Amino acid sequence: MWRDAALVAGRDLRIEARSRVTVHQVAPFALLVLVLFAFALDPARSILERATPGLYWITVLFSALLALSRSAALDETAGARDALRLSGLDPSGVFVGKSLAVAAELVVLEVLLGVGVIVLYGAEPAGVGLLAATCLAATVAVAATGTLYGALVSGLRVRETLLPLLLLPVLAPVLIGATRAFEAALGRAPADGWPWCGLLAAFAVLYSVAGALAYGTLLEGS
Amino acid sequence: MTTTLPPRPAPGAARDEADAARPATTASPATRVLGAAALVATALLVLYGLVISPADREMADSVRLMYIHVPAATYLYVGCFFTTVASAMWLRRRTPGWDALAEAGAEIALVFSIITLGTGSLWGRPTWGTYWTWDARLTSTAVLTAMLVGYLALRRLELDPAARSTRAAVLGLLLVPNVIVVNRSVEWWRSLHQGSTLVKLDPSIEGTMLVALMVGFVAFGLIFAWLMVHRFRIAWLDQKADGLDLEAALAARRAESRAPTAPETEVTP
Amino acid sequence: MEPIVHFRAAVALLGRFPALAGIDLDVMRGEIVLLRGPNGAGKTTVLRACAGLVPVVRGEATVLGHDLRRNAAGVRRRVALLGHASALYDELTVADNVTFWGRACRARPDDIAAALQLVGLDGRLRDVRVGRLSAGQRRRAALACLLARRPELWLLDEPHADLDHEARDLLDRLIRQAVDQGATVIMSSHDLDRALALAHRIVTLDAGMTADQRAAGAGPGTPAEALRGDGEATSETTAEVSHVA
Repeated sequence: MWRDAALVAGRDLRIEARSRVTVHQVAPFALLVLVLFAFALDPARSILERATPGLYWITVLFSALLALSRSAALDETAGARDALRLSGLDPSGVFVGKSLAVAAELVVLEVLLGVGVIVLYGAEPAGVGLLAATCLAATVAVAATGTLYGALVSGLRVRETLLPLLLLPVLAPVLIGATRAFEAALGRAPADGWPWCGLLAAFAVLYSVAGALAYGTLLEGS
Repeated sequence: MTTTLPPRPAPGAARDEADAARPATTASPATRVLGAAALVATALLVLYGLVISPADREMADSVRLMYIHVPAATYLYVGCFFTTVASAMWLRRRTPGWDALAEAGAEIALVFSIITLGTGSLWGRPTWGTYWTWDARLTSTAVLTAMLVGYLALRRLELDPAARSTRAAVLGLLLVPNVIVVNRSVEWWRSLHQGSTLVKLDPSIEGTMLVALMVGFVAFGLIFAWLMVHRFRIAWLDQKADGLDLEAALAARRAESRAPTAPETEVTP
Repeated sequence: MEPIVHFRAAVALLGRFPALAGIDLDVMRGEIVLLRGPNGAGKTTVLRACAGLVPVVRGEATVLGHDLRRNAAGVRRRVALLGHASALYDELTVADNVTFWGRACRARPDDIAAALQLVGLDGRLRDVRVGRLSAGQRRRAALACLLARRPELWLLDEPHADLDHEARDLLDRLIRQAVDQGATVIMSSHDLDRALALAHRIVTLDAGMTADQRAAGAGPGTPAEALRGDGEATSETTAEVSHVA
């Protein structure tokens, strides 16, 4: 399974490297959202500063929707689905591979947004260990859940609008947890944040397992 | 050469014809009893809730909303439970009954979630002055409502039925786990700022107020059951109407044959 | 000898639609069978069913010893399907694509390289993105993916479409080579002249059923005829013509 996962992850990342959608479109979009928040919320710095964790993670979620939609689109054509079923690739491996590829893209995005938030909102990095752990756990959670839900809506004409509706309520705990952890880290009270990070990690494990188990059924059944 | 056969009558055709003469209905003696009981219980609830039970010391008359709000929230979770279990059973057995049950559970749960949100919101107004308080239960219920709407949206898609049922079943299977995770997270989050639920079930509630609440549970339970049975039967009939009559489909398919069915008489000049 | 493919009154569903409404088909090892029939007759579905991609709900259906009604997935690794829809990723090069699909089915690196060479895509075109290729070149790339798998059963859905004359000759050569090495080929094609010259047997489909089967004039001593023992191929074949439901 891991071999298949590595193969699929490599393929997805190679496609990304060649097409550069994340770099040329998703990243600028993410930074634009940060700027829009500044327009919407009074530039009086205190509001932006206090809201930074929340705004950061909302931006990550919206960008993730784009990345996940694109990941699902790669394998939704009839030809690709047939070929996947014929190839003998372990569906769990395909799921893990796709999730890892999206997770890698999201990590890059998060680092970029981190810089953006420091520059634009004047955030001061603190508790970097907690920040990093939170990013990692939340990223895996979002990537795994999103890949599974992406498979649920793949091939549908309404994929673009249905995916957010299905995915965002489910990711509410991730948003809550990641924001609280970031608040704790930036507020120099990391002890409060680690339990939330634990929640994120548990969520990530839950959905990674669920996705690995369900992906095969979805591949065959639709 | 191919010939076209008239479709063979399906087994039990005589019985089906008799059924076709009567319009299909989801009522039955059982549901009539259930419905009557539900009406009686609701009447009792109105009596107890509005008249017999006293106003609360703190919450005054708005406590009466609790006799609806709490049972509604409970049966909301029961409905979700049905959907998840039915989805799991469908994935194992693939019989249409489980698919129908999953759909019924989600729809009835949505109805109850709107009732829960409505009563919770109405309760908030006189107590806190706003229609929406971000208390744990209301917030989780709002998220759950969004999940149910999403689930029902997935069910209404244009897809071949087997594919649609598979996807809905996977989504339905995740419903209860999602609900649990969301509820826990939201409660934990809100507990940082205030008591976890504004609408606490006071353990010392007793007397006629307790009776009113129990009547509420019974009444809503009967209403829930009545709605579920009907909705399940509708979904079941839907499945059958949509369902595959293999013989008829095969006959139609074979009739597409290009071959002439009988030699045509030629008119010779 | 056991037939590689054995279908008797097979019914297969695409969703609720019985795309196959009673197929009879027997294919021996080393045969090249041509499926023909009007559009919508079920040719593509027969090919996909042989690949274990479409559920068979009635009748008998066995491919390479796997009963498709019980374990369709088991046969997939041993067959290859060249279909209408492309499974190639436009952003990746020819080499990337063939390598990915080759490694996905655990093909040996030698086979992957050889496949590219056989279809003539190992030169300049090797590192061109598939999105920039012509339809014919894309077909050849898909063919390379098939060759890398070294399948026992080739399932070709209108393989000659989009190919120029030279490429069609190449394909025919590759098919004959594969058959010489023990593979079996089932294909559908609208290029009847070429297909008739290639095929040992022709099966005509109509409305999801087998309407007719006859030997093509593919020369004496073809495996199909040889197996029947005597030279009365015609009468044997007539006896095999399915009795349609």
